[in-house]
Amino acid sequence: MDNTQEPKLKIRARKLSFFYEGGHQALFDNDLDIPERQITAVIGPSGCGKSTHLRTYNRIYSLHRGQRAEGEVLLDGENILDPKTDLLTLRRRVGMIFQKPTPFPMSVFDNVAYPLRLHFRLSHKEIAERVEAALQGASLWDEVKDQLRKSGLALSGGQQQRLCIARAIAAEPEVLLMDEPTSAIDPVATLKIEDLVLRLRERFTIVIVTHNMQQAARISDRTAFFYKGRIVEVGPTKQIFTAPKEKKTEEYITGRFG
Amino acid sequence: MRDRFTFEIESLKQRLLDLATAADRALVRAIRAVDGASPDEARAVITADSAIDAEEVTIEEECLKLMALYQPVAGDLRLIVTILKVNGELERVADLASNIAARAIDMAAAPAPAECRFDFAPIVERAHKMLRGALDAFVCHRPDQARAIILEDDAVDALNAACYAAARERLPQHPAQAGYLLDCVTISHCVERIADIATNICEDVIYLEEGQIVRHQKRLAQ
Repeated sequence: MDNTQEPKLKIRARKLSFFYEGGHQALFDNDLDIPERQITAVIGPSGCGKSTHLRTYNRIYSLHRGQRAEGEVLLDGENILDPKTDLLTLRRRVGMIFQKPTPFPMSVFDNVAYPLRLHFRLSHKEIAERVEAALQGASLWDEVKDQLRKSGLALSGGQQQRLCIARAIAAEPEVLLMDEPTSAIDPVATLKIEDLVLRLRERFTIVIVTHNMQQAARISDRTAFFYKGRIVEVGPTKQIFTAPKEKKTEEYITGRFG
Repeated sequence: MRDRFTFEIESLKQRLLDLATAADRALVRAIRAVDGASPDEARAVITADSAIDAEEVTIEEECLKLMALYQPVAGDLRLIVTILKVNGELERVADLASNIAARAIDMAAAPAPAECRFDFAPIVERAHKMLRGALDAFVCHRPDQARAIILEDDAVDALNAACYAAARERLPQHPAQAGYLLDCVTISHCVERIADIATNICEDVIYLEEGQIVRHQKRLAQ
């Protein structure tokens, strides 16, 4: 008897196209479902549009002039590409971790407290509690609890990335977008981040863009393969890495191009 | 990196095919030893088995090395897994050929009267054809051929059952030939196992080509 239930879809991209300034089209009618509290990996060669696709989920592209998305990105059924969408709320709901760790030039404590002060009205005590919880959640607390006033920039690369994750989860987002979060850090720190991502899966919906196919295979539930702005194949990670249906996917993941 | 991997995997495939040739040769010689009552031929099969065992271990080590060094996925992963499995199956074919050869030595030492003898040609020809066809399907990427071969296994099972029934029938009339008749049953069973191995290889070929595990499907469907 099959008791498995289809997970709820947190994000649904429908006919999503994207244009850079000057009209260059980077995405072509992408349809992609992101199940809730699962890890979806997005893979593909450089320039295939995987990061561009990710950046539409919290509309971070709108910080740049002349970039526009067409189609729909439905977050819990609501199209976040609608101009009326409140971007501050959207970015609290959909947090983002970048390739290069980006701590703010302030203390470890203030880095994590920053989104709390921005989005919520909390007492000092509540902020302190939530900062600790976020640092615990990002597996960083034990390493920094005695140096909370130290600059975030003074931490190691791997610690800085976990600080950024702590900052992102402090705002209690529903979705975490990760754009190659381990490409700038060493292998041991990478494994720590991967363990962390697997733990965060219980609380958040995670979409991770990665160049590291072993990483996608290790940590994700589903994998989408992008090529030249189009989604070639999407499916359970186990199937994509053992028996992909599309020849192009096979060629990419076995290193025949890319 | 890709070129190096391609070179290594092609070398590994060639080694597996050489092993297949050695296992096939062991089977042919073992059956010839039975038919020709030739203990020398039989002893040569048994002696050659240790080289096949050693080669099987070497191929397995190569597979493990490639998996550790290249972390293959998709078709590459399925190919290495298939080589690993077919490698073990071929070593079993050679073991069964050795078992047949051992029976051939016994039988040559105490020949039986003509009315007790068996004609192994029908079961051997079918099983041998299945084995060669399975290896051919592997080399030529032919899952359709593999599926057709799997269907032939029932006929070999029936021939083996017929051999067992005939031995039971002859035993009361020729109690002094009990040892000989048991040897015949053992040979028939070994040949039937070789057909099973051909079936296993065919299932591996389907997995390799289509990514679909078809083992046990018949039993599960019953």
